[in-house]
Amino acid sequence: MIKTLQENFQKIQKFALLGGIVAIYLVAVGMVETFAQRNLIGTSLSLGHAFLVLGPIGVGILIAQAMKESETKSIYVAGFLAGALSSVSLILFNIVIQIFVIQADPDAVFYLRNMFVSFTPTAFEFLTFGQGMVLGNILLFLFFGLMGMLGVSFLRFPDKIRRGWINSLIWVLAVGLFSENVAQILRELFGPGLGKIIFSNKSMNPVAAIILFAVVFAFSYFGLKKEASDKWAAMPEEKQKKGRVFIIIMAILFVAILPWLVGLFLSQALFIIGMYVMMGLGLNIVVGYAGLLDLGYVAFFAFGAYTMGILTTTGALGRSDLNFWMALPFAMLIGVLWGLLLGFPVLRMRGDYLAIVTLGFGEIIRILALSNWLAPFGGGAQGILHIPQPEFFGLSMNSPQAMYYLVVLGAVLAAFVTIRLRDSRLGRQWMAMREDEDVAEAMGINLIQTKLLAFSIGAAFSALAGAIFAARLGNIFPHSFNILISINALALIIVGGLGSIPGVVVGAIILIGLPEMLREFAEYRLLMYGMLLIIMMIVKPDGFMPEARRSQELRDEKDTLPKQAAGTEG
Amino acid sequence: MLKQFLDRFSWVDFFMRLLQVAAVIVIIVGIFNSLGATKYTSGQWVTLVFAGLAQGSIYALIALGYTLVYGILLMINFAHGDVYMAGAFTAVFLANSLAASGFLGAQPVISVLLLILLAASVSMVLNVVVERVAYRPLRGAPRLVPLITAIGASFTIEYTFRGLYGAEFQSYPIIPALDGQFLTLAGFEIPWTQIVVLVAAILLMVSLYFFIERTKIGKAMRAVSEDKEVARLMGIDVDKTIMITFAVGGALAGAAGVFNGIFRPQGVFFFMGFIPGIKAFTAAVLGGIGNIPGAMVGGLFLGVFEAIGPNLILEGLGIPAVNQLRDAFAFTILVLILIFRPQGIFGERLAEKKA
Amino acid sequence: MGVILKTKNVTKRFGGLIAVDKFEIDVQENSISSVIGPNGAGKTTFFNCITGFYKPTEGKIIFDGHYIQGLTTDRITNLGISRTYQNIRLFSKMTAIENILVGQHPHLKTFWFEAIIKNKRFLKEEEDALQEAIRLLSFVGLSGLGDQVAHNLPYGAQRRLEIARALASKPKLLLLDEPTAGMNPNESRDLMNFIRRLRDELEITILLIEHDMKVVMGISEEIWVMDFGQKIAEGTPLEIQRNPRVIEAYLGRGAASGLNLEAKGVEA
Repeated sequence: MIKTLQENFQKIQKFALLGGIVAIYLVAVGMVETFAQRNLIGTSLSLGHAFLVLGPIGVGILIAQAMKESETKSIYVAGFLAGALSSVSLILFNIVIQIFVIQADPDAVFYLRNMFVSFTPTAFEFLTFGQGMVLGNILLFLFFGLMGMLGVSFLRFPDKIRRGWINSLIWVLAVGLFSENVAQILRELFGPGLGKIIFSNKSMNPVAAIILFAVVFAFSYFGLKKEASDKWAAMPEEKQKKGRVFIIIMAILFVAILPWLVGLFLSQALFIIGMYVMMGLGLNIVVGYAGLLDLGYVAFFAFGAYTMGILTTTGALGRSDLNFWMALPFAMLIGVLWGLLLGFPVLRMRGDYLAIVTLGFGEIIRILALSNWLAPFGGGAQGILHIPQPEFFGLSMNSPQAMYYLVVLGAVLAAFVTIRLRDSRLGRQWMAMREDEDVAEAMGINLIQTKLLAFSIGAAFSALAGAIFAARLGNIFPHSFNILISINALALIIVGGLGSIPGVVVGAIILIGLPEMLREFAEYRLLMYGMLLIIMMIVKPDGFMPEARRSQELRDEKDTLPKQAAGTEG
Repeated sequence: MLKQFLDRFSWVDFFMRLLQVAAVIVIIVGIFNSLGATKYTSGQWVTLVFAGLAQGSIYALIALGYTLVYGILLMINFAHGDVYMAGAFTAVFLANSLAASGFLGAQPVISVLLLILLAASVSMVLNVVVERVAYRPLRGAPRLVPLITAIGASFTIEYTFRGLYGAEFQSYPIIPALDGQFLTLAGFEIPWTQIVVLVAAILLMVSLYFFIERTKIGKAMRAVSEDKEVARLMGIDVDKTIMITFAVGGALAGAAGVFNGIFRPQGVFFFMGFIPGIKAFTAAVLGGIGNIPGAMVGGLFLGVFEAIGPNLILEGLGIPAVNQLRDAFAFTILVLILIFRPQGIFGERLAEKKA
Repeated sequence: MGVILKTKNVTKRFGGLIAVDKFEIDVQENSISSVIGPNGAGKTTFFNCITGFYKPTEGKIIFDGHYIQGLTTDRITNLGISRTYQNIRLFSKMTAIENILVGQHPHLKTFWFEAIIKNKRFLKEEEDALQEAIRLLSFVGLSGLGDQVAHNLPYGAQRRLEIARALASKPKLLLLDEPTAGMNPNESRDLMNFIRRLRDELEITILLIEHDMKVVMGISEEIWVMDFGQKIAEGTPLEIQRNPRVIEAYLGRGAASGLNLEAKGVEA
């Protein structure tokens, strides 16, 4: 065993260094400390811990991968060693804080905390488990070693146990993370009793956590999920069809009652998710189908919002007394119009220049909206106030729930149009253009028309989202329409999978929903987006829900496809 | 004949030409009205021009990073503005400590050199890391892919530094030796800070030019930008050369961060790189992207244009509070240049074969 | 039989370089003819001038009674010229069927809004297009591979698919840019037969660029030889084989016998 370790010592060192860098990075940017405020289980295990151990667990996984051939015992030892060594960076960090922060004079010429805001005594306290300099660091060292072994266990546990082990951990952490929301749903469904048993202090009870762990573990271990799917596959065609209809109805029902389950606060989050789904679908046409990287997408959102604002406000800037429903088509029309106007000059432009020019457009429009020059129209920095909420047969839709339905309706409409267009000639034109512009043109495709259609349809969806946004908030300011909105939309369609409609929904839930639900995430949201964009492009460029290709030649004979294909090839 | 003409008539070209003519008319009318109104004295114009030159020299230094990278990898390093921020944001703390200890007052030259050294190192290391982590694994991928990772890198850097140094605005200390000092030139008073920044930037640019033209590494860089495969066959380590290119670009951006602090002390924070980044990219395109002297001239040109343009053109059109529109004006230049003259003012077009 | 494609004085300059120099050809309707020449002679550039990828610096191109020089690529395609590429350029992430459907673009007439409401006209057109695509797929011998993503197909199948895509626009003139590049002799022979079938069954005029002398000599009715952008010879395969200027251009002075031998091999 010693020999195996010696042979692999370079790897161990390398991975430990990597893990150490990850760990200290997460601490130094303050993620760990901020996330420590959200407890997962009881009051001792927080989200901060989960982030803190990302480094050593990752190291363990890497070790297990790199030493696949070695015997299990020595891999665990190697995992422990690498994990523990990766704590060295944090031990140094602790020493630095001890000397330059805790014992230093805050009024000195150079006081470390003035520069590094996250180098706090609280972080020190957290990292040393409150046990002081010596014992705390030793504990940290051992703890990281154990975490390294945990990482190894994800790959080296016997297969059957392994799946249960990972699933249970994920479930417990997820439920713990969303304690407040799960508790809220349980309260709506079963009254206040059950929630109180499982959750306390906005986190999960340790006992409940253990029970959940055991339940999920049992499910995975006995392969209940697989059994169910086997049963499903064995069912006759007709029954499957019925089952599918049932599932769809349940899904619709679920979406319909969702805002009443999750309460006011989360309904607002759902509203925002829906809005981003709409925008994502529009941007997906432009970027995912037509392959035109548009970084100024927020402009159309702004045009939609401002049109709605100007047309319906009861304030001084109002130019008409249309109501929401009458103004909505105008908002979309203006969006389309600007989609054409801004699309026109960039028709001949190459991909990367296109991105910069559209970015420029977005910024120009924001700056103009802020300026005194256009203030008589858009209110300048003061924005537009007093935008009335829509009415529905005389009822004011002033609750987040009502607006949620509106936005779901809009998103469904956008998805419907997207799917229909994708499966038509126009959709094929877009994709052909995305693959190879010159050849597409040589197929007789008019690039100008095709590009302008992509820009204007994408703009229409965005403007629709903007108009609803304006009506929901009641007032709009130029600051709401910055580049970050474009980046949010871009990130969500990339994470979901360019060109994939379910991908847009999933992307919006992950990237928009999570930060809305977890306040702690909000601060680091763009940091995580940025990293996600890089990681996705390197590891999973097709996204989590890749665009699926349709079978057209052999529409009803899915099962025979491989055989036939093999037959004709030879 | 008419049919042949109509067959070849392109609405896009027609509207683009129209747009071009409209832009020229707007500019001419604006200039005519502004100069006719004689609102500003020639002294004020000179002040604006010199402020523009100093600002432009900072754009030029950042633009060099864009141009170097584009020349070699044909990609826009979208994160470059944030690399500039990293240097400026890190050095501000050292600057404040130096000021508090009195060293800045006693030894301004050494202090500034120290600041430049720190900022340049931080930006250099960061740019190299970005290349290694975000771009190198994707070399040879479709063109949009590295652009997307570059956008990702940009936001990662911004919010990493927000996490490290906090979200508050910092400002550089005033250098006592330069504070309120003016150089009188042909009757016009020009602040010394601007002169120092301009001269230092030009010195850096000239040394870069000689570095590229005369040294072995510079030759390797040029070879790699001509043809990576051939360069590899000639025994040049392409990866290393690309790394050095990023390092040089990063160092220049870091230095620009300190110059910016001398010239305009306020407003140092994590998002400060975004707008100068886009403007520097404009400068790089203006000079013909991939063209090193072009980036320098493009930067200076953009700085001056941005400084006098709003007053010279927009004010003449009767637009109030033109200073709010300075950035919009610069972006408009960017858009117009990318649309009408993507090969830049010097006309070096990067060959783009169609079939 | 009339002339379907006529080029007059076609010249393309890139800066100082003259890639195509006053090149003139007359392609007879329903014929198979070839443009040959050494590497870098300007053949593909000439093709690009015909299909509108490049705008010729000078000269006229008359196709089926239309002056087409300087028109955009899509309009030339709509007039009835279709092409394949030297280095296969399929829409690599789309399926084979989708590639062919894109090729049918000039014949599809529904407006995009009809796709949203899915009216009868749209459904019928899509169904017809799909059937036509499946028919074309089997015509080029790729039945059953229609749902494969193009870049997963084997090399030979990709070549065939590219031809199917070009045929989908129902062209009057098909330009094939080195269709046998990278094929072994058997595959090349198959392809020759296939090209003849195209002409005979679909009555399409075919213009080739080709390197493989066996293919060119075996299939063409008329040949133009290009060297440094200029036309150095024209005529039937037999005339071309005996033309000393052609042999010189290909093999240099004094190497005439080599090409003859190779050509005889075909006839044998």
